[in-house]
Amino acid sequence: MQRIGVFVCWCGSNIAGTVDVHAVAEALKTESGVVFSTDYQYMCSQAGQDIIKNAIHEHSLTGIVVCSCSPRMHEATFRKTAAAAGLNPYMVEIANIREQCSWIHKDMLSGTEKAIILGKAAVAKVNLNAPLTPGQSTVTKRALVIGGGIAGIQTALDIADAGFPVDIVEKKPTIGGKMAQLDKTFPTLDCAACILTPKMVDAAQNENIRIYSYSEVTEVGGYVGNFDVTIKRKARYVKEDICTGCGLCTEKCPQKKVPNEFNLGMDNRRAIYIPFAQAVPKVATIDADYCTMLKTGKCGVCAKVCTAGAIDYNAKDEFVKEKYGAIVVATGYNPISMEKFDEFAYSQSKDVITSLEFERLTNAAGPTSGKLLRPSDGEHPHKIVFVQCVGSRCENCAEKGKEYCSKICCMYTAKHAMLIRDKYPDTDVYVFYIDVRTPGKAFDEFYRRAVEEYGVHYIKGMVGKVVPEGKKLLVQASDLINGKQLHIDADLVVLAAAIEPDKSARPLATMLTASMDTNDFFTEAHPKLRPVESPTAGVFLSGCCQGPKDIPETVSQASAAASKVIGLLVKDHLTGNPCIAQSNELMCNGCSSCERVCPYGAITYEEKEFRMPDRTTKLRRVASVNPAVCQGCGACTVACPSGAMDLNGFKNNQIMAEVDAICKM
Amino acid sequence: MGVIMKVTYFPGCTLKNKARDLDEYGRKSAEVLGITLEEPKAWQCCGGVFTTANDEIATKLSSVRLLRSAKDADQPLVTVCSACHNVVKQTNHAMKNDIVFRDRVNRYMAEETPYNGETTVYHYLELLRDVVGFSNVAMAVKKPLAGKKIGAYYGCLLLRPGKVLGMDDPENPRIIEDLIVALGGEPVIYARRNECCGGYVSAESPALAEKNSGKVIDNAAAAGAEMLVTACPLCKYNLEKYSSKLPIVYFTEILAEALGIKEEVNE
Repeated sequence: MQRIGVFVCWCGSNIAGTVDVHAVAEALKTESGVVFSTDYQYMCSQAGQDIIKNAIHEHSLTGIVVCSCSPRMHEATFRKTAAAAGLNPYMVEIANIREQCSWIHKDMLSGTEKAIILGKAAVAKVNLNAPLTPGQSTVTKRALVIGGGIAGIQTALDIADAGFPVDIVEKKPTIGGKMAQLDKTFPTLDCAACILTPKMVDAAQNENIRIYSYSEVTEVGGYVGNFDVTIKRKARYVKEDICTGCGLCTEKCPQKKVPNEFNLGMDNRRAIYIPFAQAVPKVATIDADYCTMLKTGKCGVCAKVCTAGAIDYNAKDEFVKEKYGAIVVATGYNPISMEKFDEFAYSQSKDVITSLEFERLTNAAGPTSGKLLRPSDGEHPHKIVFVQCVGSRCENCAEKGKEYCSKICCMYTAKHAMLIRDKYPDTDVYVFYIDVRTPGKAFDEFYRRAVEEYGVHYIKGMVGKVVPEGKKLLVQASDLINGKQLHIDADLVVLAAAIEPDKSARPLATMLTASMDTNDFFTEAHPKLRPVESPTAGVFLSGCCQGPKDIPETVSQASAAASKVIGLLVKDHLTGNPCIAQSNELMCNGCSSCERVCPYGAITYEEKEFRMPDRTTKLRRVASVNPAVCQGCGACTVACPSGAMDLNGFKNNQIMAEVDAICKM
Repeated sequence: MGVIMKVTYFPGCTLKNKARDLDEYGRKSAEVLGITLEEPKAWQCCGGVFTTANDEIATKLSSVRLLRSAKDADQPLVTVCSACHNVVKQTNHAMKNDIVFRDRVNRYMAEETPYNGETTVYHYLELLRDVVGFSNVAMAVKKPLAGKKIGAYYGCLLLRPGKVLGMDDPENPRIIEDLIVALGGEPVIYARRNECCGGYVSAESPALAEKNSGKVIDNAAAAGAEMLVTACPLCKYNLEKYSSKLPIVYFTEILAEALGIKEEVNE
């Protein structure tokens, strides 16, 4: 027989406002096994915890029920309290009378009644609780960073600096990500390449960092501390360790008409290419979709000119298996497609471009060597219109845009406008906006400079239509402050396209069993208090995969994720969760139902000898759970037809006792 | 093609007069595509314009009667004129969702059972896309338009208000372009395809209508269109009146042409 203590929390007025806490404590006093029951204003406070500790000693309690907030909030707190008083922490049960009761009821009577029922259910469960002891697992002291943009690079550098080996997996031929494509960075206007490429070189030279470029993660198994990851190294048809990056092959390749993705298709590259001069690793890659040799077997120019002998037309995709203790997701973002925003005539005119295309047009290493020229005729534009929030803050338009604010556009548009006015003072610049949002250090000052010092015309209102006519783009827009319709004959229109998570994020989330929101951004463990951890243990988030971010914010989060990883990797052992499945071998009939539903591959089968009643022995096939791999989801306990599988801490009889307690009312 | 569906078909006043082409090509094509169009015995004008005044019900009653007759026949209601479609569909939407309006109309009409917006209203184009299917239309084509460059002209009324009509995205429509592709033509996307032709302004201020219509046609011609197709008699009237740069035809005409029945209709 248990000796149970019940502790009802007021949570200030959060619970006590709609639940009569005294009545709850009184009502639960008479439940079977309950020897002590009380209430207090803040059970989670030091004084509240002391009440619990003292009661454990005074009344020799063997089990505890805390009627309070969600177990997600304070279950860990109260388990620690119990442990400090010498009680097994798994003898503590939480009855959630806040989120599931007081917050959703308005009426004291019904709120109190429900709180009592929830308390009774918890008491019924504790009566059947047994002490549990968690197992321990080891930690593989190596981290994986998925994505090699500024987020992934910064995370990897910080982990490596702390002395742990770390691998970067990047699907493109080079690391660097979006930042490598940018011209200048706000709010200080230093050149993106000048601050990024040294970090790329650092990453390449750091002995703790290994870069898997042109590679993708294809399979993730295991659990925190012990992930098993399969990495596909896509065939690049150039031996990475032999290629010197001299670039001769990229000059001689006769296939010259391949759209250059680094310049967003605004110029062409060869079929064998190095994305940009500062690429890391500086190794050529053959684009199999365009290479004449790979498609028809007739060419071979690159192999002939390569003095190092690095070309290998017979290369195949290779799969590497690695073990990691922690995984950081840094898969980044992309601008959304402008296909469904034809009111801005993106598909009708070459002179309607996105902001990322604009970055390439003003970049000294871009297709125009940094001269701002119209893509259609190479002439200098004298009137430029920027349209903000294209696809962002788009209410009820999930099929074409995004409901959220993309956050970075206000600042980069101010930057673009300022750069134009600085370089070409003869050019008129208009910016149409819904709101200007500049909440960052030195951000608003930056925007004010664009308006006040550089004379950029900021107009509150949206562009309704862009009509290409002759060499002009007729922009029809509303000026909301003056209540006027505007018609501007522009030479160039720049669209601040909304940003969305990279397409690779969704399948990756499935592999990692990490959760995502409806926009495919990774969800953090807590939006305020655990912003760089995914709810899946051992998986961390860095950069835009978690939400739109600018560079300063991305780098902060990247370092934060790194410090969380380091905190995990310094541990030699991890304490596991004892609430895992267990099979009763005497009842198991070896049907494999549990093995099939287990999402973690934790269940295997073994042949075991059993002694029969007639003293003979019989070989039977029975299920066996790997405690290190089991996550305690309980799927197997439901699938088991013979009732052999049970979940520690949530045993079938405990759940039924709770249900009975509720139904008795 | 066998009979897929019988529908109540509302031609509207203009289709009996100026816009006979729109009507007749549409009827014949529907037959070929397995849709039986049944015209209600007695019908009135749709109401002409959907007024947004809250206390105005008189001009909407004829549409309600029409919608009710389709409900009684247990058939969807199909219209083809942009203006009729706009008025009938908006009225139906109001009968379904605006309780105050619906109750007032029902009290006024004093029928045995109230009408609560039960009828499904299709524009002829929606019928082709959602009931027949453009892929089936493509299969029925006998004389493909052979890559003819055709600009779809939506005008202002066919798709707006977008959420009520629920036909296509008013800013980036595809429905007529997809039909043109199904008929073997080559759609030309041009910016002013969903701008107003001038509409009724042509009665009050011809110069303004001329300006609007001219801009539409110039824009389409500059984008490479060889002809324009429309669903709206008033659009056709304005465009033809103020510019002779491009031929303007109803979408039902190119449909009949591709189905190989154009001559039959004209006999």
